[in-house]
Amino acid sequence: MDPDRRTFLLETAKLVVLTAASAAAWDFVVEGAPERAPGYDDTAHWWAMLIDVERCIGCGRCVQACKTENSVSLEPRYFRTWVERYEIDPDDPEHPRVTSPNGGYDGFPPSEKPGVKTFFVPKLCNQCADSPCVQVCPVGATFQTRDGVVLVDKEYCLGCRYCVQACPYGCRFIDPETHTAEKCTLCYHRITKGLQTACVEVCPTGARYLGDLKNPKDPIHEFLRTHKVQVLKPQMATHPKTYYNGLDGAVR
Amino acid sequence: MPPFRAYEHLFRLALLFAAGMIAFLVVRWALVPSDYGRYGPYRANALTEIRARPIVYAGQAACVDCHTDVAEARRTNAHARISCETCHGPLASHAADPAVAAPTPDPRAVCAVCHVPDTAKPASLKTVVFDDHADSGACTSCHPPHAPQL
Repeated sequence: MDPDRRTFLLETAKLVVLTAASAAAWDFVVEGAPERAPGYDDTAHWWAMLIDVERCIGCGRCVQACKTENSVSLEPRYFRTWVERYEIDPDDPEHPRVTSPNGGYDGFPPSEKPGVKTFFVPKLCNQCADSPCVQVCPVGATFQTRDGVVLVDKEYCLGCRYCVQACPYGCRFIDPETHTAEKCTLCYHRITKGLQTACVEVCPTGARYLGDLKNPKDPIHEFLRTHKVQVLKPQMATHPKTYYNGLDGAVR
Repeated sequence: MPPFRAYEHLFRLALLFAAGMIAFLVVRWALVPSDYGRYGPYRANALTEIRARPIVYAGQAACVDCHTDVAEARRTNAHARISCETCHGPLASHAADPAVAAPTPDPRAVCAVCHVPDTAKPASLKTVVFDDHADSGACTSCHPPHAPQL
């Protein structure tokens, strides 16, 4: 007996669903249980960086420590974190002079003009919750971990530079040796072992603070509640997790 | 009589489709790493690789483990909150094996990193024009770095 149309559709649908289900089950069998880092549960953290602009003295210790810890290229000069000095002339407040000699690696020469508003601003990857660099990566080499850190898989990265131009904060570059994308990892190899990031570790004034937004006992919650805190370029809707306290409106 | 009936075309089509699917699955299996997609659209083992990077800065806790005398001396003064490795540099190799000598910071240049004047620095930071204050020599001969007094 030839099957009627109804039975045929029903049987086909069963076949499709069962094939898909068994394929999914087989994937699980092949993969086994997901492996985890010993002693570190990445679902229990949501990392953030807090920067107190008024405490920064522009010593460049963070820049040096970052480069040493992560073997960031010294020459040509690329930076995962760097320090900018703003000089805002009251006669021309629309055009602040922003300098960052060698990223602040060797400190800054003394500010020349008197009567000018000056301050330092440390910059690093903003670890955006809605990151443009993750969205544009065509091969899944840039991703956000479950604890909120944006990382680059150097094995997968093609070096296409989409992410470099997508980052509104200029925090990415192409590694001159591997020709793959590079950025701040929030010292992922350190924070997953219970250490501070290298830049936080060496900051002499406590201008940087590594916070865990998923830890209710972390003082970052109290700080964010009691201070007027800003993020960079909020209009980009990237939802950065690098917070700036005492940030001047001139900073971009 | 025709060589085969009209609906038999469908068998050939189904066979081609199945062959295409198998080829696709084989290529996919060969190209996509098994850990891809475990946590999201990326290779899960990339996390393990990034985490495997060696530590260069040991961290304050590792220093205080042995150097309790210095930690005690520094506890109440202006440098109390500064990490050892801010001035002494990266010390993970020294912390792992105390036989590896810890580098000695330059007793003038290391002070200048913070204490040269700049209008951009907060007023609370003590600064001095080094050449006016003392032509040369180590700052630390007058100002002990672990207990700085003015």
